[in-house]
Amino acid sequence: MTESVEAPLALLAELTHRCPLQCPYCSNPLELERASNEIDTATWLRVLDEAAAMGMHQVHFSGGEPTVRKDLEELVRHADENGLYSNLITSGVLLDRTRLEALAELGLEHVQISFQDTVAPNADRIGGYKGGHEKKIALAHMVRETGLALTVNAVVHRQNIEHVPDFLDMAVDLGAERIEIAQVQYYGWALKNRAAFIPTYDQLKRTTEFVTEARERLKGVLVIDYVVPDYYARRPKTCMGGWGRRFLNINPAGKVLPCHAAESIPGLTFDSVHDHSLAWIWENSSAFNKYRGTAWMPEPCKSCDRAELDWGGCRCQAYALTGNAGTVDPACELSPLHEETFGLAMKEAAGPPPAFIYRRIGADQEQDAPVFAEPAE
Amino acid sequence: MPNFPRGVKFRFNKAKEQWVILAPERLLVPDETAVEVLKLCDGSASVGNIVDDLAARFNAPRDVIATDVAALLQDLADKGFITA
Repeated sequence: MTESVEAPLALLAELTHRCPLQCPYCSNPLELERASNEIDTATWLRVLDEAAAMGMHQVHFSGGEPTVRKDLEELVRHADENGLYSNLITSGVLLDRTRLEALAELGLEHVQISFQDTVAPNADRIGGYKGGHEKKIALAHMVRETGLALTVNAVVHRQNIEHVPDFLDMAVDLGAERIEIAQVQYYGWALKNRAAFIPTYDQLKRTTEFVTEARERLKGVLVIDYVVPDYYARRPKTCMGGWGRRFLNINPAGKVLPCHAAESIPGLTFDSVHDHSLAWIWENSSAFNKYRGTAWMPEPCKSCDRAELDWGGCRCQAYALTGNAGTVDPACELSPLHEETFGLAMKEAAGPPPAFIYRRIGADQEQDAPVFAEPAE
Repeated sequence: MPNFPRGVKFRFNKAKEQWVILAPERLLVPDETAVEVLKLCDGSASVGNIVDDLAARFNAPRDVIATDVAALLQDLADKGFITA
């Protein structure tokens, strides 16, 4: 890079891929890192120092389930000492009151708990973990009692989308200050299970109308973040705020990725925190520079007036649907594959949902082929 | 008495030499005027106190400052960055 690269805002720290839940839409890669590959405490502490020195503002302790790491307390304390704002992104089924209070004492600011539905039987079925929903609700109350900020993360799809109004009520009842209505995004496990998850266009439209109205009604009470499945969109999402622009993600083995799904793109080389500093990787990593900015863009992206707004959408999605990560994101209506993508979503949503392929080590044996062939030039 | 709610921190980022409001998975970089207002939001000063302080220090008409401060705080409250 000749021009200097603005520092990222936040570090996504995937401490582990171990998780007691088996959600079939998990954002982790199909090939999960085993515990024996996880980087040690000292390395994470150094990484946090480097992140703070770069001027990053926040760290998101995530996974897998980050609370399976016994050194979480040490990492939270170190983040706080370095002025980094700590978020804990958790399934909520392993954390007890004693440990939560200790984390709060050490400087944790915010807990995000994922919910699979508002009703226990369906939630537990989707997460593949009996009794999970009840534990999550109990933890949400504890978070509130401990005085930490609370986000309800509602992962929404065709098998629970009718409960979006209930999700909002649940968040208000729990005293959460924020809810993410996050429609499933189709990478990795979710891509494998897409037909089981993608809602119909009508379901999406109704939900969007409801959320838009609720946002106005709950202004100042509940912050609502809303993510739509962009197969039905006209323009792609600004994925990660642009490749290599706002975030960096460290996987459990110490590989530094532009986003959590980046490993799904073959041919990219990711640098490791074992070999380089975070600042060096941010500026020099070939994986970050490959799709950073606008120079890599094909037409019609390059001359598009939205090029520096959506930064070309999502590279992982472009790869998943076309086999070429450097082409137009098919979520964009200017992609020759847009109509086909929309039609595919409609078709899958109209059929009966297939059985889930649950997220677990070794469940990724089926071969993944791109859905569409590369369009003729 | 404007104050920062649970999970919201108004901090100076030393590496970037920049004031920021940090909130759950969000952040906001306030402009210079907003920074002066936010420095006074400690939960014990009323909006009136804040306006008086700014009017004295910046030698500007009190009613103009009052209007600007009210608009700023309402906008931040709507977004969950501050409580009244």
